Amino acid sequence: MGNSFQGTKINPKKFHRSQIKFLVIIFPIALFMVLPILYIFNHAFKPLDELFLFPPRFFVSRPTFNNFNDLFQVASSTGIPLSRYLFNSIMITLVVIFLSVFVSSMSGYALSKLDFKLKKSLLTLNNIALMFVGASVVIPRYLIIERLGLIDSFWVHILPGLAIPVGLFLIKQFIDQIPDELIEAAQIDGATHFQIYYKIVVPLIKPALATIVIISFQAVWNNAETSVIYINRESLKTFAFYMSTLTNTSNVVAGQGMAAAAALIMFLPNLLIFIFLQNKVMNTMAHSGIKS
Amino acid sequence: MSKSLGKRHKKAETRAASLFILPYFFAFFIFITIPVIIGMVLSFTYFNLLESPEFIGFNNYIFLFTSDDAFMQDVIPNTLQFVVIVGPLGYMLGFFLAWMLAQLPSKLRTVLALIIYSPSMTAGITMAVMWRIIFSGDSAGYLNALLLNLDLISQPIQWIQNPDFLLPIMILVTLWSSMGIGFLAMLAGVLNTNQELYEAAYVDGMKNKWQEIFYITIPSMKPQMLFGAVMSLVGTFNAGAIGAQLSGQNPTPQNAGQLIVTHLEDYGFIRYEMGYAAAIAVMLLVLVYMFSKVAFKLFGDSHG
Repeated sequence: MGNSFQGTKINPKKFHRSQIKFLVIIFPIALFMVLPILYIFNHAFKPLDELFLFPPRFFVSRPTFNNFNDLFQVASSTGIPLSRYLFNSIMITLVVIFLSVFVSSMSGYALSKLDFKLKKSLLTLNNIALMFVGASVVIPRYLIIERLGLIDSFWVHILPGLAIPVGLFLIKQFIDQIPDELIEAAQIDGATHFQIYYKIVVPLIKPALATIVIISFQAVWNNAETSVIYINRESLKTFAFYMSTLTNTSNVVAGQGMAAAAALIMFLPNLLIFIFLQNKVMNTMAHSGIKS
Repeated sequence: MSKSLGKRHKKAETRAASLFILPYFFAFFIFITIPVIIGMVLSFTYFNLLESPEFIGFNNYIFLFTSDDAFMQDVIPNTLQFVVIVGPLGYMLGFFLAWMLAQLPSKLRTVLALIIYSPSMTAGITMAVMWRIIFSGDSAGYLNALLLNLDLISQPIQWIQNPDFLLPIMILVTLWSSMGIGFLAMLAGVLNTNQELYEAAYVDGMKNKWQEIFYITIPSMKPQMLFGAVMSLVGTFNAGAIGAQLSGQNPTPQNAGQLIVTHLEDYGFIRYEMGYAAAIAVMLLVLVYMFSKVAFKLFGDSHG
């Protein structure tokens, strides 16, 4: 019976041959998207003779971990062990994720449910900042960070990453969905604002929090720029920075395997976290619209 | 009695609100708002980091538009071409992919959406190196080897060093990685459109898919369309350093891949002309703002 309807069918339960036309268009695009990533996977596991093979071959035939071993060997010859960069990156990423989730959800709660003077202006300001392009303020930011004495400090990795306008925007939109009656009822029961935030709001907005986790993970984990601009001490630099120096210089074929191994190490955590949280992200995105 | 209680309550709410917003907006002001303001001020100065800035009025802007040949002849045309193709094209592609994906069963959709989204999580510089190997100029480069093998070319082509190819390659690579958070928002938007609307329209005789898209799908997800537009715009401008990353040079060969961001980095970090770089940065923000005005006109409600 339902099959007689020929129009747009959103979120169908089953596969139907009318969907084939979409797949015919989507498949080539998906293939184009996935090829470079498959290429990294294959390249990273190629032994030296396959990297030198002419003409080059896409798929690896005898996979090996040599490129990864080489990567770790090179690291130890620069004086700073690879594990140090990795440790820095993991610490920084964890701290930024924790703090940015905390900071943006608190702010999102206030902007959505509390009533105060500057509320409208701050919201507008944050919405304008959605259009903010980071590259445009590198120089003034440097001047400020220098003035604050944050050069060569652990905190320079953390603080600039805390205010993510898109993150606050998404969280605020999500909190808007929570009925005001719920908050008012808790107030009548004598709960403080912090209790309401912590006991009622946070449990209800987990999908939005998961989305902030992903956004801030991607921004921090992939960030090599901070180490280049603000950090001179090698022992405070990050894994992403180390990977970028490695891939910058390796134009020789032997270096390509290492570059691919490095790219793979950078990419995999992104992928795993996204797969793990994708349901929650889609849930948040349903409320992502800008109502101007 | 109850009135003063209400007042006290109001006061408590303001105090709580200030505490709640403080950490975020502290970071926001220090690392976003104030830098933008300082940048605007610096754009009216000559500043080389060594001496303190010297006020020179509109000279930087005058130079930018009258004497900076690279800016007027290469940077602006390249940037407009890059932005217009990557922005709207990537955005429309994102919407149509989302629209088609929404009409597939859940499991298949999730896998395909993940594949299409995944390039956007690759780190810029690391991935640029991979593309460099694919577009390598000798016959061992993947694309050259493939084309040689198919007898489509007789000589390997210097893809990235060749000014004719650099900008198209930059556009292709950026499009590849542009299906990010805006794409996901649009997918969620299409998924949440009301199925009954389609069925009602079908009963009313709407048979054409284009009509459905323009009369039902897009109007019911305008806010997501706007969010997607802003995201793709910002992503496009943020990807502006791709030319230097691919070619490993700034300025790019014959300025072929010089965009406003690369031009800014050239003056800021290579020539240390900070005042001038700040003026370029202001132009960058103005451009982003102008383009997003268009997006708000298209998808915003009456007052944008």
